[in-house]
Amino acid sequence: MTRETVINGLLALLLLGVPLWAYLADEPFLITLATKVAILALAGVGLNIALGQGGLVSLGHAAFFGIGGYAMGILASHAQSYTPLAEWPWTIEGSNSMPVIWITAVVTSALAALVIGALSLRTSGVYFIMITLAFGQMLYYFAISWPAYGGEDGLSIYVRNGFPGLNTLDPIQFFAITYVILIATLFFAARLTRSPFGLALNAARQTSERVETVGIVPYQLRLTVFVISGAITGLAGALFADLNRFVSPSMLSWHTSGELMIFIILGGTARLFGPLAGAAAFIVLEQMLGGLSDYWHIHLGLLLLVVVLFARGGIIGTLAGEEVRHD
Amino acid sequence: MSLLLFVEQLLNGLQFGMTLFLTAAGLTLVFGVMGLINLAHGSLFMVGAFAAAAVSAATGSFLLAMAASIAAAAAAGALVEVVVIRRLYRRDHLDQVLATFALIMIFSEATRWLFGSFPLYLNIPTYLSGPVTLPGGIEYPLYRLTIIAVGLLIAIGLFLLISRTRLGIQIRAGESDREMIAALGIDISKLYTIVFALGAALAGLAGAMIGAIQSVQVGMGEPVLILAFVVIVIGGIGSIKGVLIGSILVGMTNTMGGVLLPAFLRLFMENSAATAAGSALATMLIYILMALVLIVKPTGLYGART
Amino acid sequence: MTDPILSVHNINKSFGALKASQDVSLDLRPGEIHALIGPNGAGKSTLIKQIAGGLRPDSGMVRFLNQDVTHLNTVKRARMGLGRTFQISSLAMEDTVLQNVMLGALGAHGRTFRFWRPVLRDKALREIAEAALARVNLSDRASFRTSDLSHGQRRQLEVAVALTLSPRVFIMDEPMAGLGASGSVSLTAFLDELRHEAPILLVEHDMDAVFALADRISVLVYGQVIATGTVDEIRANPEVRRAYLGDET
Repeated sequence: MTRETVINGLLALLLLGVPLWAYLADEPFLITLATKVAILALAGVGLNIALGQGGLVSLGHAAFFGIGGYAMGILASHAQSYTPLAEWPWTIEGSNSMPVIWITAVVTSALAALVIGALSLRTSGVYFIMITLAFGQMLYYFAISWPAYGGEDGLSIYVRNGFPGLNTLDPIQFFAITYVILIATLFFAARLTRSPFGLALNAARQTSERVETVGIVPYQLRLTVFVISGAITGLAGALFADLNRFVSPSMLSWHTSGELMIFIILGGTARLFGPLAGAAAFIVLEQMLGGLSDYWHIHLGLLLLVVVLFARGGIIGTLAGEEVRHD
Repeated sequence: MSLLLFVEQLLNGLQFGMTLFLTAAGLTLVFGVMGLINLAHGSLFMVGAFAAAAVSAATGSFLLAMAASIAAAAAAGALVEVVVIRRLYRRDHLDQVLATFALIMIFSEATRWLFGSFPLYLNIPTYLSGPVTLPGGIEYPLYRLTIIAVGLLIAIGLFLLISRTRLGIQIRAGESDREMIAALGIDISKLYTIVFALGAALAGLAGAMIGAIQSVQVGMGEPVLILAFVVIVIGGIGSIKGVLIGSILVGMTNTMGGVLLPAFLRLFMENSAATAAGSALATMLIYILMALVLIVKPTGLYGART
Repeated sequence: MTDPILSVHNINKSFGALKASQDVSLDLRPGEIHALIGPNGAGKSTLIKQIAGGLRPDSGMVRFLNQDVTHLNTVKRARMGLGRTFQISSLAMEDTVLQNVMLGALGAHGRTFRFWRPVLRDKALREIAEAALARVNLSDRASFRTSDLSHGQRRQLEVAVALTLSPRVFIMDEPMAGLGASGSVSLTAFLDELRHEAPILLVEHDMDAVFALADRISVLVYGQVIATGTVDEIRANPEVRRAYLGDET
C-alpha cells in the first residue's frame, strides 16, 4: 500500500467521522458543513477526471454544476406548485424524488457537455480554456435573463426532496446519501484510470500523436471523458441545490468554475482524492478566515498563489511526497 | 423601428466594440508574445476605473483622471508581471489560470477594502457631455462618440507601433520565435514587462472610459474580460486585426441583438413574452456567433496558432 | 516483380516559398528494407508525415495495400496496418513501459471504450504487449517508468509499440539515433529479421546500418529524390556523391 492510499483512506474516514461525532454531540451545523464538503468534492472529482486524466483545463464546469442545480430546482418547483413542466408533446410532471432528479441532472448535464465539448474540443490549449469559460457564461447570462425560473433571484424550494426509505431532512441521513455517492464515484474514477479507456486517455494527454498512430482517435476519448465529467459535476449540482434548497445563477458563474479548479489544485492535481482534500481545506479556510475578516478572499488568493507557485503537489502531493502515479 | 434608432444602436454597438477592443488587444498581445493566459486582465480594467474615479474626485479634472487610469493600470500591470506573472511563462495553462484567478481575488478584495463596496461615480466633463447632431439629424451623445474616436485612434496607433517601431519588431519576433529574440540580443524580461504594462494600460483606459457611463465597482472587469475572450476566439489569438474585427462583431451583435431580437419576436408573440424571450436569447447571440466561427474556422478568423 | 505494398506518386508539398517535397515518388515492396537518406532539412520528416497521414500533400497520391489513402487520416492508416516509429520519442513518459506497449495492443486489438475492467488484467492484450517487449529485449524493464529509460531503450520501446500493431509495413524514423555501437548492431540484426514480417521504410543517418540493411536506397535532397537504387548503385552514383556523400571527385 502506498502512502497516498493510506492518506486517501484517512481522508475518507475523517469525512465520515466528523459528522458522526457531530451527530452524537448534536452539532447539526457541522454535519451540514461535512455534507457541503462531500458535494463540492464530488463536483471536483467530476472536473478532475477531465482535467487530471484528460488534461482538459475546463473553465466552464460551473455550467454542468448549475444545470444539475436547475434540474433539481425546476423539477421540484413544478412539484411544489402542482403544475406540469410541459404539456406538449408529452405531459411532464415535476418531481420531488431525488433519484428522478439525479437522473435528470445527469442526463441533461451530460447532453450539455456533449454539445459544449463537441465544439470546444475542436480546439486545444488556451482556446479551450476561453471557449469553455465563454459557454459557461452563456448559460449564466441566460439564467439571469430568463424570468420563468426566478431569473437573477433564483428559485427556492421549501422542502428538501425525498429519497425512498430515508428522512432527507435529517442532516445525518442526507449526509449519508452524499457520502455514499462520493465514495462510489471515487471508486468509479479509480477504476476508470486503470481501464482501457483510462490508459488511452492518459496517453492522449501526454502524446496525442502516439495515440493516433496506434489507431485511436484522441477527440473521441476527450469528448467521452468530458461528458462523463460533466455528468458527475451535474449530479453534484443537483445535490448542492438540494442541500441549500435553493438554486440561483451564481451556481453557473465562472467563480464557481474557478473554485472547483481551486479544490483540485489545493488537494493535488490528478490525485484521486485531491478534490476531497481541496474541498475540505476550502471549507475549513472559509470557516476560519471568514470569521476573522470580511476580506478572507485576499488570504485565499495569496494561499492559492503560493500553492501554484511553490507547492505544486497540493495537500496530497505534499503529504504523500511522491509523484503522481497512473497505474 | 425608426432609422434614427437603428443608427443610434449601430453607434452604441461600435462604441461597445471599441471598449472591447481596448481590453482584448492587451490580452491577445500578452498571449501572442508570452504565451500566457491572464484572467486578471479584467482586474486591470477595474484598477483603471478606480484610479480615474479617485483622481477625478480629488482634482475634478477628467483628463487627469484618464491619465491616472493609464498610469495606475500600467504600474499595477508592471508590478504584477515582475512579482508573479514572470514565474508563470514556463508553466502550463492550468497554473496560469489558477494563479491569475488568485490575482483576481486579491485585486477585488483589496479594492473593496480600499474603496468599500459601494459603487463610485465618474462624471463626464461638461465639454464632453450632451448630444451632438450628426449628419442626417441624428443626435448622439458626444461622450460615446469620443470613445469610438479614441478607440479608433488607439487601433491605428497599435498597428503603427507593431508594424513601424523597434518595439513592434521585437513583439512580432516574440510571437513567431521566442528563441530568436534571445538570439537577437533583446532583453526578454524587459520586453515582457513592457508588453504586459502596455496591455494593462489599454485595459485601464477602457475601464476609466466605461466607468463614466456605468458605475465604478468591484467586479466590473469580469463581464468585459469574458467578452474579450470571445473576441479573441473569434478573431484569432495574437492578431490585432482579428481583435479589431472580432470586437466590432461582438459589440454589434450584443447591442443590436438586444434591440432587434425582441422587436423581431414581437411579430409573432405578445409583447411582454417577446421582450422576455428576446432579451434572454440576445444574451446568447455572441456565444452562438462564437460557436459558428469555431465550426467554420477553429483557429479564429485571423489566427494561425492553436 | 511483386506489387508494392506502399507507394508514393508524384507528391508535392510547399510551406510558403519552401518546397519540402517536389514530385517525390517511391515504393516499398514485400520483404524489403527501403532506406530513405538525405542531409538534414532535405524533407525526410515532411515526407514521412505525408505517408503516415499527419500532413496532406498539395498534390500527388499515397497508395497503401492497393488503395488510395491520400485523404485518410493517421488513425485510418494506422488501422489499415501502417506501423510507425518516431524520430523524437513520443511515448507516454509518465506511464510505465508496459503501459506504453499495452496502448499499442489496445489500439490494434482491443475495444478502447471500456471503462471498468483494469486493462492490465486483459490477458490477451497483455500477451501481445509482453511478446513485443520480449522481442526488443525490454522485458526486464516492463515496470519502469518510461521517463527513467535510457535514450536507446526508448528507441527500442518505440519499435515494440509498433510491433504490437502487427503492421503490414513499418515506417521507422531514425530508430538508430543515439543507440550507441552495440545497440545499433543488435537493432540492425533485429530489423534484418523483421523485414520478412513486413517491409520497412527506414529513415536513417547511420550509414553503416543503411548499407548493411537496405535492399534499395532513395536519396532525398532539397525535397527531390535524386536517385533510387541498390546499395552499390547509390554508392557509385556520381550525383549522390556530389550532393550528399560530400565527395569532391
